[in-house]
Amino acid sequence: MTTPSVVVDKLQISMSGGARTVIVDDVSFEVAPGEVLGLVGESGSGKTTVGLALLAHCRRGVEITGGSVRIGTTEVLKMSEAELARLRGGLVSYVPQDPAAALNPALTIGTQLREVLEAHNFGASADERTARVAEMMREVALPDQPAYLKRYPHELSGGQQQRVGLAIAFACRPRVIVLDEPTTGLDVTTQAHVLSTVRDLAEAHGVAALYVSHDLAVVGTLANRVAVMYAGRIVELGPVLDLFQNAAHPYTQRLIFAIPHLTGSRELVGIPGRAPAPARRPQGCTFAPRCSYVQDRCKLSLPELRPIAVGHEVRCVRAEEVRGQMQRHGVEAAREETASQASVLTLKNVNAGYRRATVVHDINFELARQECLALVGESGSGKTTLARSVAGLNATWSGDIKLNGAPLANAARNRPREQRRIIQYVFQNPYGSLNPRRTIGHIIGQPLELFGTHGEAAEKKVAEMLDRVSLAASYAYRYPDQLSGGERQRVAIARALVCDPQVLICDEVTSALDVSVQAAIVELLGTLQRDLGLAMLFVTHNLPLVRSIAQRVAVMSHGSIIELAPVEKVLSTPEDEYTKRLLSDTPSLEVALETAESV
Amino acid sequence: MSVYNPLVTNEPPLVQPKKPSGVLRNALTLGRTRVGVALLILIAGIAVLGPLFAPHGPQEYLGLLPNKGPAPGALFGTDHIGQDVWSRFLDGGREILLLAAAATVLGLAIGIAIGLFAAYTKGAVDDVLMRGMDVILAFPAIMLALVAIATLGPSFWMVILAVGLTNVPRVARVTRAAAQPIVERDFVGAAEAIGVPRYKILFGEILPNVLSPLMVEGSLRLTYSIGLIAGLAFLGFTPNPNGADWGVMIQENYIALSVQPWGVVLPVLAIALLTMATGMIGDGIARAAAGIDRLRSAE
Repeated sequence: MTTPSVVVDKLQISMSGGARTVIVDDVSFEVAPGEVLGLVGESGSGKTTVGLALLAHCRRGVEITGGSVRIGTTEVLKMSEAELARLRGGLVSYVPQDPAAALNPALTIGTQLREVLEAHNFGASADERTARVAEMMREVALPDQPAYLKRYPHELSGGQQQRVGLAIAFACRPRVIVLDEPTTGLDVTTQAHVLSTVRDLAEAHGVAALYVSHDLAVVGTLANRVAVMYAGRIVELGPVLDLFQNAAHPYTQRLIFAIPHLTGSRELVGIPGRAPAPARRPQGCTFAPRCSYVQDRCKLSLPELRPIAVGHEVRCVRAEEVRGQMQRHGVEAAREETASQASVLTLKNVNAGYRRATVVHDINFELARQECLALVGESGSGKTTLARSVAGLNATWSGDIKLNGAPLANAARNRPREQRRIIQYVFQNPYGSLNPRRTIGHIIGQPLELFGTHGEAAEKKVAEMLDRVSLAASYAYRYPDQLSGGERQRVAIARALVCDPQVLICDEVTSALDVSVQAAIVELLGTLQRDLGLAMLFVTHNLPLVRSIAQRVAVMSHGSIIELAPVEKVLSTPEDEYTKRLLSDTPSLEVALETAESV
Repeated sequence: MSVYNPLVTNEPPLVQPKKPSGVLRNALTLGRTRVGVALLILIAGIAVLGPLFAPHGPQEYLGLLPNKGPAPGALFGTDHIGQDVWSRFLDGGREILLLAAAATVLGLAIGIAIGLFAAYTKGAVDDVLMRGMDVILAFPAIMLALVAIATLGPSFWMVILAVGLTNVPRVARVTRAAAQPIVERDFVGAAEAIGVPRYKILFGEILPNVLSPLMVEGSLRLTYSIGLIAGLAFLGFTPNPNGADWGVMIQENYIALSVQPWGVVLPVLAIALLTMATGMIGDGIARAAAGIDRLRSAE
């Protein structure tokens, strides 16, 4: 084996000042030249903090309190500020999550590319640098004409911006590159291109890459090895194939069960509870409170990271047993076909848009009682505009939408009360859809008050709804900022369901959530839909997700429905070219593993 | 039935519903806010309780010479017609505080309503309202107040109305600017979708989310109203021109500043401290709202 480009040893990172709470502890790994190590974890697991530590950088209020980071033979953590400035962007570089925020909107991309080269004295002359800039642009598959380099960041698409970010990161031929969820905001197709660019560049130039992500499927597609982080520690580290097929840590296993699969329907299973905050981590194994394999000894002391196979380490005392259990999971999702029922919602020749622009063209479909129809498409396909039009949140539409045979007015304000009650909407972002100044009880109770349930009856109903979405009744007195993202989305669902609607419109309800939380929310929605006999319009960009919840799928592109068929058919034998491309670009763990196996 | 999740459901019930950390409470942990509040209490105390402790009546002639320095029976000397400066000072704060507070409240009430309505309605209504505010802003506030009071007479209510109205455009602007991003948030859409009445959306959903900048603006408006009312009184536009009033006192006694400074120094000091106090409180709230100086708590 070649000498690793970067060695991280027993890294410890803490809050500065006061309590000095440890947020990352005992993190050790190495990355070889040309290798991609995926660092996976959910929000708050410390993965980004570790990524930044490779550049000896910490966010405000946080400091590195122990361990070492060596790049080649140089100890990074002992460097002076001046040395670090030379190091960053030179030997080690960083690709941030949001390229739109990372690029300077006032400078052309050419200037920004040249800036890095100049700062690190790369190349002997201006001509040489210009040549290098052009070369970089070609390497990330962007046009290298001077005219293109004169563009400003806002003149580029999100994918192109991220390529510029990659070009800047690779500009000075670094030995190590840290990528912090660089594809989170991108469409699957763009994401697939950016990912292949990363892999090719890392391989071609022997760059050691640390790919920080919450998306197991992406990491499975891209990485050679994977480290799984939980509550500030690496709980499992191994080659991608071995780790995903024979996960030996209960957390890794649950994470894998929580991601939706493209092939073979499998019920999504969320992970109960939530990760402990740094100050409240339990004494023993940090995952013990949520673990189904938990024993008394787990709570006594923290298990050490120990090898279980070649190059595969795990932090669990029962790893061997856990590993054996891996194959037994994978229950087929029981999804009975709903008998064709009377339709609740009928759309005929619907065009929708905003102001003067029409972005949705000639939509026709019916939604039957107790049916879940998934509306799938990339950003800009018009799926959200359509959903908002049905809910009356967007009043700029024409055509014919009928609810139980009665036509709907354009704006919710002009619809009769009964219609407003029957159609309910759950918003994408639970951080925006709950008024931060209201208690949860008030938020859920508001529709009740409006539709004529008051006093004790309303309170009882709120408590009942909280129970339905698996939240304790005491949550009624809390404020939204005291809740996690998943809990907030449960509250938003409770608010939508409290008035016994017939149609529930879910707009990307899981896109702001971690995978394990996403699985739990989808699980909940499925149960509620069956129990309450709801008709559901489930808007998402996540194609694998629809299998776990919907019976039919409508694929949207450029404002039109291009394919509308039962889930099984669309996912296994898609007819439209666009659907096929969407399916092949969607990162998927099974496909990644199959490819890895066949090599 | 519903998905039972023991780990979520078994969390200990909250006995006391906890408010999200209040901006006001955070502001009070800052030194500047505390000093401001202390000063405000001091000056307001003088204004409210002062008359009880005044050794003489505000319009009582002491039989001493006018513009006489501190003497037995007149702690800070006499004013331009031989009245007791100390007694007049103790008596002269109540009216200015009352007027300033009332004018601020009036300005806030109208300004907030206009700002919220403009931000929520958008489009032409927003344009018309805000351009109207710009027109009012184009005139110096003191001139507007002077014209109104000079035409209609300086009655108590007229001063409140005139000064209050000069506060409206700025409050409306701040409210609108703060409310614009809130209006786009999904919880407003959620309320619209189920048909919550417009006024409830404005004052129930949006207003609570713009309170922090409004508290800052409110304290600024108070500072400014105190100055304007004192200025008007100095120019002679006051409901009670013969009564004791800090603004009137300055005007009456500034000619004798070199001989008997106390008649000017006391009211100037009071007004200066008062405006500093409201300014410091406003600054404290602004800092607390913006999260500057916030102690990083271990999360």
